[in-house]
Amino acid sequence: MTDLAVAHGHDADVIGLDAVHDGPAPKRIVTLYGFWIFLLSDMVMFSCFFAAYAVLLGQTAGGPSGAQLFNLRNVAIETGCLLLSSFACGMASIAAEERNHFWFQIAMAVTCVLGLAFLWIEFHEFADLVARGAGPSRSAFLSAFFTLVGCHGLHVSGGTLWLLTMMAQVFAKGFRADIQRRFLCFALFWHALDIIWVAVFSVVYLLGSAV
Amino acid sequence: MSDTHELHQTDLAPGEERGVSVKYRVFGYLIGLGLAVLLTATSFFVAGTDLVWQPSIPVAIIVLAIAQMGVHLVFFLHITTGADNTNNVMALAFGLLIIFLVIGGSLWIMDHLNQNMMPMDQIMQMQR
Repeated sequence: MTDLAVAHGHDADVIGLDAVHDGPAPKRIVTLYGFWIFLLSDMVMFSCFFAAYAVLLGQTAGGPSGAQLFNLRNVAIETGCLLLSSFACGMASIAAEERNHFWFQIAMAVTCVLGLAFLWIEFHEFADLVARGAGPSRSAFLSAFFTLVGCHGLHVSGGTLWLLTMMAQVFAKGFRADIQRRFLCFALFWHALDIIWVAVFSVVYLLGSAV
Repeated sequence: MSDTHELHQTDLAPGEERGVSVKYRVFGYLIGLGLAVLLTATSFFVAGTDLVWQPSIPVAIIVLAIAQMGVHLVFFLHITTGADNTNNVMALAFGLLIIFLVIGGSLWIMDHLNQNMMPMDQIMQMQR
């Protein structure tokens, strides 16, 4: 009984000390929290584009509407690519935490290939629209469409470059603490892009072709 | 006792999971992927079908999209309601507030403007 009481008192002391000397958070928490704030502000920026698109959805200026332009089969394939690449990115973050070079590079390569496939389909879709005379200057609806979807595409392109950089850095420098932090930021970025794509395919393509 | 001790020391960074086995983590991502595929397939199905009451389709698509974003947040970004995640959730809540204000506010204001606007042909006549 007394032993228990002593142990108890000791524990309480440790906690008390902890509460007093609760110094700055570790660097990985500070870095990732800062990056999380950036991602949220990025989402706020996207929300402005979404608002513009929703407002301008009907303003086709006599030009083609979403229902006439969108090919939902392509959109479904793009969605599958991004979803699977998000999953592969998750596998890469497990491999990074386990410091397993082989599976890290494999998972990152899969992520990269799926991201590039997405970009390839999207690029062809845009080129096809412009060739059919439905470029961004055709109507307010199409301006909003190209701005929103193009901005997401630019983010994916930038993410792909970042992905290749991370593969090279892990290959050259190994799983150092700073490299791990960068990789965790990248993983957050990639998953956040997938969240934005969920909103894009729902609002832009599915709702846009329903109207 | 040791639990509170742990909580003091280790807040989680966004996207971070700690103290779980590899098998369990892979399983978590698989569940997330399965749910996301299910929700995506449902919303594509709902958009293209005649089986559902037509006016409900936009609402259904938006609800499915919000659900899928929740799945992504929990299973891929590991944003949870745990005590070690409070800061991340608070930041997210603030972001959502701004997003809601921007989108909801724009739609509300622009819809009213549209309704109160004179039809285009009458404006053109006034300019002559």
